[in-house]
Amino acid sequence: MADSIALAGAPANDVATPPRTETTVYNDEIVKKFTIATMVWGIAGFAVGLLLALQMAFPALNFHEMFSFGRIRPLHTSAVIFAFGGNALFATSFFIVQRTTGARLWNDGLCTFIFWGYQAFILMAGLGYLFGVTQGKEYAEPEWYADLWLTIVWVAYLIVFLMTLARRKEPHIYVANWFFLAFIITVAVLHLCNNLAVPINLASWKSYPVWGGVQSAMIQWWYGHNAVGFFLTAGFLGIMYYFVPKRANRPIYSYRLSILHFWSLIFIYIWAGPHHLHYTALPDWAQTLGMTFSIMLWMPSWGGMINGIMTLSGAWHKLREDPVLRFMIISLAFYGMSTFEGPLMSIKSVNALSHYTDWTIGHVHSGALGWVAFISFGAVYHLVPVLWKRDGLYSNRLVDLHLWIATTGIVVYIAAMWVSGILQGWMWRSYDSLGFLQYSFVESVVAMHPMYLIRAFGGLLFVVGALIMAYNLWRTIQGKTAPTAATPNTYRTQGAAA
Amino acid sequence: MQHHGKIERNSILMLILVVITISIGGLVEVVPLFRQETTIEPVRGIRPYTPLELVGFNVYIKEGCYNCHSQQIRPLRDKVERYGHYSLAAESMYDHPFQWGSKRTGPDLARVGGKYSDEWHVVHMKTPQILVPESIMPPYPHLAERGATLRNIDDHMRALQAVGVPYSDEQIANAYRDAVAQAQNELDPDDPLYARYGDKVNTRNFDGDTTITELDALVAYLQMLGTLADLQAYEPELATTKAATDETGDAR
Amino acid sequence: MSTTDRDEMSGAETTGHEWDGIKELNLPAPRWWLIVFLLTVIWGVGYMVVYPAWPTLSGEGNRGGTPGTAGWSSYSELSDSQQEIMTRRAAYLADFREASYDDILADPGLFEFARAGGGAAFKDNCATCHGTGGAGAPGYPNLNDDAWIWGGTHADIEASIAYGIRSAHGETRVSQMPAFGDLLSAEEISAVTGHVLSLGGGDSSTPLGAQIFSEQCALCHGEAGHGNRDLGAPNLADAIWLYGGTAGEISTQIRSPRHGQMPAWSGRLDADTIRQLTIFVHSLGGGEGAEDSGGSAR
Ligand code: HEC
Ligand code: HEC
Ligand code: HEC
Ligand code: HEM
Ligand code: HEM
Ligand SMILES: [Ca+2]
Ligand SMILES: [Ca+2]
Ligand SMILES: [Cu+2]
Repeated sequence: MADSIALAGAPANDVATPPRTETTVYNDEIVKKFTIATMVWGIAGFAVGLLLALQMAFPALNFHEMFSFGRIRPLHTSAVIFAFGGNALFATSFFIVQRTTGARLWNDGLCTFIFWGYQAFILMAGLGYLFGVTQGKEYAEPEWYADLWLTIVWVAYLIVFLMTLARRKEPHIYVANWFFLAFIITVAVLHLCNNLAVPINLASWKSYPVWGGVQSAMIQWWYGHNAVGFFLTAGFLGIMYYFVPKRANRPIYSYRLSILHFWSLIFIYIWAGPHHLHYTALPDWAQTLGMTFSIMLWMPSWGGMINGIMTLSGAWHKLREDPVLRFMIISLAFYGMSTFEGPLMSIKSVNALSHYTDWTIGHVHSGALGWVAFISFGAVYHLVPVLWKRDGLYSNRLVDLHLWIATTGIVVYIAAMWVSGILQGWMWRSYDSLGFLQYSFVESVVAMHPMYLIRAFGGLLFVVGALIMAYNLWRTIQGKTAPTAATPNTYRTQGAAA
Repeated sequence: MQHHGKIERNSILMLILVVITISIGGLVEVVPLFRQETTIEPVRGIRPYTPLELVGFNVYIKEGCYNCHSQQIRPLRDKVERYGHYSLAAESMYDHPFQWGSKRTGPDLARVGGKYSDEWHVVHMKTPQILVPESIMPPYPHLAERGATLRNIDDHMRALQAVGVPYSDEQIANAYRDAVAQAQNELDPDDPLYARYGDKVNTRNFDGDTTITELDALVAYLQMLGTLADLQAYEPELATTKAATDETGDAR
Repeated sequence: MSTTDRDEMSGAETTGHEWDGIKELNLPAPRWWLIVFLLTVIWGVGYMVVYPAWPTLSGEGNRGGTPGTAGWSSYSELSDSQQEIMTRRAAYLADFREASYDDILADPGLFEFARAGGGAAFKDNCATCHGTGGAGAPGYPNLNDDAWIWGGTHADIEASIAYGIRSAHGETRVSQMPAFGDLLSAEEISAVTGHVLSLGGGDSSTPLGAQIFSEQCALCHGEAGHGNRDLGAPNLADAIWLYGGTAGEISTQIRSPRHGQMPAWSGRLDADTIRQLTIFVHSLGGGEGAEDSGGSAR
């Protein structure tokens, strides 16, 4: 393949790599495709998020039935999680599994099918929402036919991943791939169990989920919580485990911690779903399990953060030189913060206040923007010069600009949501001295308005940052370097050096 | 730790161990919930949706109302005071899927049935800000213009029957007829619709318009929410123990 | 591979494996991490003992789960926390339940208590129709003024709230104005509209309009159009309109009356709250004493 990289003897930066004897030609075409899709869907999904945020401040922006809040909120969540996050996971897992096995991805044809099949799934799902085609299950809104199609694509993904692992040259499987493997198989199990449905007839898009009522709620949040745990956490930890040591050029801090936190994370995550159903009609015993396991999940979650951040020990100066690495380390900080906040919100007395409020939204976005999006940005900044064989990025200064604009955006976003969430929860439950409810519901709606404005501003910053990134990548692919590259390109990609 | 090397060297072994590890929690939490008699507290009055209400339920899902409205009153004093008796598992047992929601941008709707007039809902759905100037709810004028899809409502009920909703074959056979009947003003009190779904069914022209629109169906659904369960006769102490189930009768 | 490979920078031993240039240090997990993990597990297990936590095989216990040593359930927590609110209200509640409306008006403490409770309930249940300040909206009467369709004494207001107007409640207030669009010609409707407009002062009446009014309308609205509270027929002479006072709005109402509905609140709100609402609405500005309510037009 013309534009694949010959890795033979490629010096991995300044680490002495034992020379390999054989030449491996990687399938990087597919990684390129997924990388572009990541950016395209990412910007689309963030833009829809911005529109949602504005609609909550200015309801007049619900200008058309297809773009009314109730229809485009799932469009946003699916676009950012499954389209942006999903493509990022495909791109990075395919890149990483090749590099860490020293083998080419198994079966080019199947890989191409996975790419187009997955994009088709995204279009099926997203267009459906606009027309009101939805199962009404959060994060699992696609209807039965799209669910089935995704199942096929996902099985192909699992096969390609396993077959590539089977061709590995290093007998041990690298820790990033443990996480990818757990992510792929668990998402398959979750998806299948949660989406079981009976179509009203085979010519209709409409189906009814098999599960109803309280069982439907439990299974939905078993799914929903573990979509967070395995899609947004395990998968992205896989990304972290490759790009952080690569970029810092340091060994992973602790192999033994990897083992401990990997198994404890995947074991405990599964139990925590009922924290989405505190004080509901779900029996008390299940809620207690959800709460206690969420607390026990704290350290297993932090294991990943510790392993990532401590990998930098001895190489802290790299943070000053490399804005891409800064993205990754800030993402780990947000990961640590949201996995501390999560267990806190799982405590029933805290959840009694926070549930149904904007606090949850703040928590989501510190995890989603700070962790998921930032680690993806870091990975994509690393990938593009490698894949397109450029000396480096067009401009490291623009990366830095992106970093600060986006970080400010996130901080503004989540700070606004903390204030509004706690205020909301407090207004709903306040009693006056005589024992009467102090505020009506609508008064709480009015009180949120300033926070919704501020949040929209934070979202705008985040979108602007992503546009800067797209521009930077575009110029990089074109083979340009910024005219005033005052910051030296300290990080040279090994692919280009080959 | 040394043994871990074995797992690291065998991707299939690792795959199997992962599957076992992730199965335990889900099985322990989910499987016992299918013991209906302890999971679903006994309360009288719960019935599956009428055909027209079912169409309304689907409009509710289609428009994504669950993105802003919860249908779950938690047993917390202020929620109970604001919205009414806390929600029981039985009240959503025929919802496929459940509509408890996860965000309360608008108020809880679990007991909104009967709180307002049909006319109020009609105006509110078309332009919420006419009635509540501070509202940030989107307008849904198209619901009033679009006919409700009643043609294949029996297919819907058959699918629900397949997933365990106790629709009788008679109810399914008369689905279209019952949907039309429910949307009529001054329905004959002997109409078989009442025999099939009980006396509490609201029958009237919900949106005031001569055709049966999606808005008719949605308002029929909203006006029924939270009104079915016989909460006066419900005793929480009994409900928390299994033995009580047989005495109080069942919800099913 | 060699097992004694060391990382140059830290001197720590690596696992000896390498993937694409990435190695792993064979360091132990941080101690504090293990300890905190262990503490959360111990805490979790303790919590599971105290609270309902595990599904039982037999299905006995708190909804199929172990009951926990504290005997706690979310429903018992609810009643406990409601007790706390009841003690705040207790300062007045017992007296409030005993007192008549007149007693309440005479006791500033009770009155404030009732107004506060009524105001809180009004905001969440009534303001959507009658407006946040009770000033009404087209089709929804203003509760601040002294024009009452069904009467403004405490008893009248309580009945309007508890049973509703054209509601589904058995004791609801009901009244129907015929739809004159089927009974009168367009010309006659415009004539009677002119007469209605003249009732509050003005010269738009015609002999035809006056005649139709006294034949068709006076029965309910009275000869002078002062209305009839027993029939819920609004006063047409006070320039206060439920559905608007332009000729177009009036003739629309005559052709096809709207018959707005006021929901019944008994059953949804408890008796105390309904009485508090009554005091609150009565105090908004238009409340009448017992002697005012003749039951028919003033
Ligand atoms: C953007 C969020 C949003 C969406 C989407 C939304 N609503 Fe609302 N809804 C609100 C808000 C805010 C209120 C409170 C203000 C008001 O009464 O309009 C409300 C109030 C209501 C009420 C009155 C509840 C009460 O007790 O006062 C009903 C009924 C209702 N909505 C039904 C619906 C239905 C049905 C849909 C979908 C077709 C829907 N809403 C979609 C935000 C939303
Ligand atoms: C669905 C809308 C709606 C809601 C909610 C509502 N009302 Fe009304 N109310 C009406 C309408 C319509 C009328 C006038 C009916 C008529 O035509 O006579 C009315 C009439 C009244 C009257 C009689 C006014 C008169 O002039 O005699 C009182 C008192 C009243 N409402 C109080 C309340 C209180 C207190 C609440 C809350 C607990 C409330 N309303 C909630 C719609 C509503
Ligand atoms: C059977 C009793 C009855 C008769 C006869 C009757 N009305 Fe009415 N009228 C009512 C009632 C009850 C209402 C309030 C109805 C509603 O809320 O729609 C009303 C309301 C009205 C209103 C609206 C008042 C407002 O504040 O907006 C007008 C105008 C009116 N009537 C005019 C007439 C005229 C003109 C006639 C004769 C042609 C007439 N009515 C005959 C009972 C009657
Ligand atoms: C510009 C960036 C973004 C903006 C302005 C934005 C805005 C919003 C808004 C306004 C909502 C609705 C909140 C509500 O209903 O109250 C929302 C929900 C959500 N967003 Fe975003 N978002 C952005 C980026 C992201 C990203 C990158 C992700 C994930 C990777 C994400 C994941 C979610 C999720 C999961 C929800 C649903 C939360 C819940 O149901 O609790 N968002 N977002
Ligand atoms: C230890 C880890 C975590 C725990 C224990 C945890 C716990 C929680 C809790 C208690 C809620 C609120 C549920 C409610 O009241 O409705 C929640 C919501 C949420 N969390 Fe986390 N969280 C963790 C980590 C994360 C991370 C890292 C992310 C994102 C990348 C994330 C994404 C979400 C989302 C999307 C929701 C909203 C779900 C919804 O209601 O739609 N969480 N989490
Ligand atoms: Ca689905
Ligand atoms: Ca949610
Ligand atoms: Cu969760």
